Amino acid sequence: MCCLTESGKVTTDVDSLRSDIRDKSVRVIDARREEDYKQDHISTAVNLPLANLLSDDSPERILKLFNSIGIDNETSVVVYDDTFGALASRVAWTLEYIGHSDVSLLETTYSNWKSLGLENDSNVPEIQSKDHSMNLQPNILATSDYLESAKERDDVILIDNRERLNFLEQHIPGAISLPYRTLASQDKILRPKEDMKRLFENRGVTGNSEIITYCGSVGTLSGLAYYALKSVGLSNTKLYVRSFKEWKNLQKPTAKQEDATYWDLSAE
Amino acid sequence: MTISNLKQSRSDSVKPKINWSRLEEADNFAKTVKLFRQGKYDADSFRRFRLQHGAYGTRMTGDYAMVRIKIPAGEIYPNQLEKISQLSEQFSIGSAHFSTRENIQLHWVVLEDVSEIFRGLTEVGLTSREACGNTIRNVMCSPLSGVCPDEKFDSTPYALATARFFLRNPMVQNLPRKFKFNFTCCEKHGMVRMVDVGLIPQIREVDGTSQRGFKVFLGGGLGNKSFVGYQLEEFTPEEDLVYTSMAVLRIFDRLGDRKNMARNRMRYLVNDMGWEKFQNLVLKERAIVRATQSVITKLEVDHTPNEIKRPIRISDESGESAPEGYARWLKTNTVKQKQSGYSSIFITLEAGDITANQLNALADLIRDFSAEGKGRFGFVQNVALRYVYDDDLPRLYSKLLEVGLAKSGALTMTAPIGCSGTTSCNLALTNSHRLSKEIQRKLLELKFDEDDDLCDSSIKISGCPNSCGQHGIATIGFFGGGGRLGKDMYANYQMSLGGRSDGDTMLGQTCLRVPAKRVIPVILKIIELFKQNKKSNDTLQSWIHRVVNNNEDSEIKSISDIKKVLEPLVVPPTKEADPDFYLDYGNDTSYHTKTGKGECAA
Ligand code: SF4
Repeated sequence: MCCLTESGKVTTDVDSLRSDIRDKSVRVIDARREEDYKQDHISTAVNLPLANLLSDDSPERILKLFNSIGIDNETSVVVYDDTFGALASRVAWTLEYIGHSDVSLLETTYSNWKSLGLENDSNVPEIQSKDHSMNLQPNILATSDYLESAKERDDVILIDNRERLNFLEQHIPGAISLPYRTLASQDKILRPKEDMKRLFENRGVTGNSEIITYCGSVGTLSGLAYYALKSVGLSNTKLYVRSFKEWKNLQKPTAKQEDATYWDLSAE
Repeated sequence: MTISNLKQSRSDSVKPKINWSRLEEADNFAKTVKLFRQGKYDADSFRRFRLQHGAYGTRMTGDYAMVRIKIPAGEIYPNQLEKISQLSEQFSIGSAHFSTRENIQLHWVVLEDVSEIFRGLTEVGLTSREACGNTIRNVMCSPLSGVCPDEKFDSTPYALATARFFLRNPMVQNLPRKFKFNFTCCEKHGMVRMVDVGLIPQIREVDGTSQRGFKVFLGGGLGNKSFVGYQLEEFTPEEDLVYTSMAVLRIFDRLGDRKNMARNRMRYLVNDMGWEKFQNLVLKERAIVRATQSVITKLEVDHTPNEIKRPIRISDESGESAPEGYARWLKTNTVKQKQSGYSSIFITLEAGDITANQLNALADLIRDFSAEGKGRFGFVQNVALRYVYDDDLPRLYSKLLEVGLAKSGALTMTAPIGCSGTTSCNLALTNSHRLSKEIQRKLLELKFDEDDDLCDSSIKISGCPNSCGQHGIATIGFFGGGGRLGKDMYANYQMSLGGRSDGDTMLGQTCLRVPAKRVIPVILKIIELFKQNKKSNDTLQSWIHRVVNNNEDSEIKSISDIKKVLEPLVVPPTKEADPDFYLDYGNDTSYHTKTGKGECAA
């Protein structure tokens, strides 16, 4: 089992998860939709569809939700999905936010787990409710107000994780574009550490700065980026969890790439 | 949201034989970008360095680049398509763009990410090295080389060997200007007279044995000013191919104009010097090259035949009736090969655009249907699958339909060429890219692809007087500029008629200026005129050919007669009467011309 250590190891590999499941030393969360979960899932996993979590993500309710799936302060948690880790990241980040540190992402997607022929079934495990304490971590959250003032600072890097075309069309002024696709490798939700490091270094994203990530609406793609950064030790990172959707609704300033009809280059 | 980037490569693919890449170039590029950003590398040198590695600047910004990946001889393998698909999603806009010179381009790449693309390309043996800049650009070969019924032999191995010989070769790293080689199969399918060096395979009998060689054409080219190439000699034997190429390059390197950007392609040198003088110089230089080799120099031509292996059928669906549109597609997108029982099929892409998902689909189709296990890029922003069993064609067509690649008319006038124009090129004045899509949609809607009279004609569009869209050799060609009524500007194209690139190569002749929003009506009017005046076995191309050469005897006798008929169509309305007229295609703000520094984004 691996957990979030200072070295920033944020994913759990397939073999470790299998042995933790055998030892009953892990709580596995499936962040996919209920229909998908019902069909089959990693053995012993509980279902926490991201939509359910997002329907009311006040800390009080979230705490209850995690209690109800049997997580207390000591529980070791691994989250997975079938959406290149983006949903799982958002769930994991939420756990961190209420003060739970022992949480990581499965290194691959459910489809891949299944295609490798690993343990899965449709059994819904019996869960005993547990009692987690509340220890909010505001240092990993960026609000729009915070972002608005922080982005003027030289030591803050704002990263937009939406696709490049969305970025060109409209983005928060000062952001750099790092599409979420960039973060994955051929069969893992995150690139190997050395690869990831080089990618960030090339883009000038280094430990000397505070980093804020955002995406389209609910902080999934940027949640994945949060963990990508963490995986190479860049843990001074905040997630702008309400992301661009809120920013636009609040009618805050936006920027775009001028003088080019680049959208024509994307084959419809 | 798909998970195409997690897709595993299938193991039964044919793998590329040649590795064009070098991993250390990725590291070196990343390092140099950093130095440049820190101000330790001057802007001019950096630009040269960047171009040498195949990365262009992008319209109005220094922060993004376009990476042009070379596909030598147009041969592309399934794993390469999948890698490009993945790179397009990671570092570009989720789509890629086919050029007219068998390159595939990724646009809107962050300059700092370019090295990551290089790194990804090394995994599949591809490079963008020398895809731009003053060096030898991608070596092209006809998509039908090896299967063309009219060819003397397959020139593909020679094209590959030439590309290999010159890539990273010190003698071509700093030419006066870019330099292009085109190999073809036969007179009809080539573009050999419109390029610095064009080659057609020939065979001659010497003392009862047959000898391979080429017809070599020199000094042609399309551009702000275009020229038709000259044939060097009756027959150039294959062992002289490399010496001839080297001789030409040495002369160009020595004597080419390095000062005047507008006149430094080799065709100007040939033109200024006069063909005979140039020809003599080449022949003399070739003798010197041959006599003074420092090491024995020859091309490594790989003659091992391609393995032709029928792909395993996953399921047998024979007996099912062919889907709607099959006959039309069969007629306009496929050609029979010289190998009996096989066809080559062409996929037309709107102005060369292809999505990441389609690239993956294309890889699968090649594996499932092409008995040679690879694809071939064409000359008109298209791609061909060859060695498809004739009885697999209906099944292939249904698969193409599923992934949106079954557009008919690939081998007809309804598949126009459009360069990237204002979608990314710094020099563009108009959105030639979008216009080409609009024309294709309209002509297909009118079913013009099925009209035999129109199939040997072509429409080609450039977004400025440079010729990346090859308008000069189109039956109906356009290049972009600005028009003005009072103080209001609109996108306006210069139209030329009668260009062609076959054995009768000639450049189109200027007809008149046509506003962007009138281009489609004007094309339709020309077709109407042709239908009214054609002789029974005329095609649009043969009719226009007679008109531009003043050999026509009907009421339309010359280009100016055509112009007279079209003139009423091109009169600009006032902005109040027709505001849409003042918007270029794909744009919702008033037209204005705005250009940056050119890097010749061919
Ligand atoms: S320079 Fe080439 S690509 Fe750019 S607009 Fe002109 S013709 Fe098109």
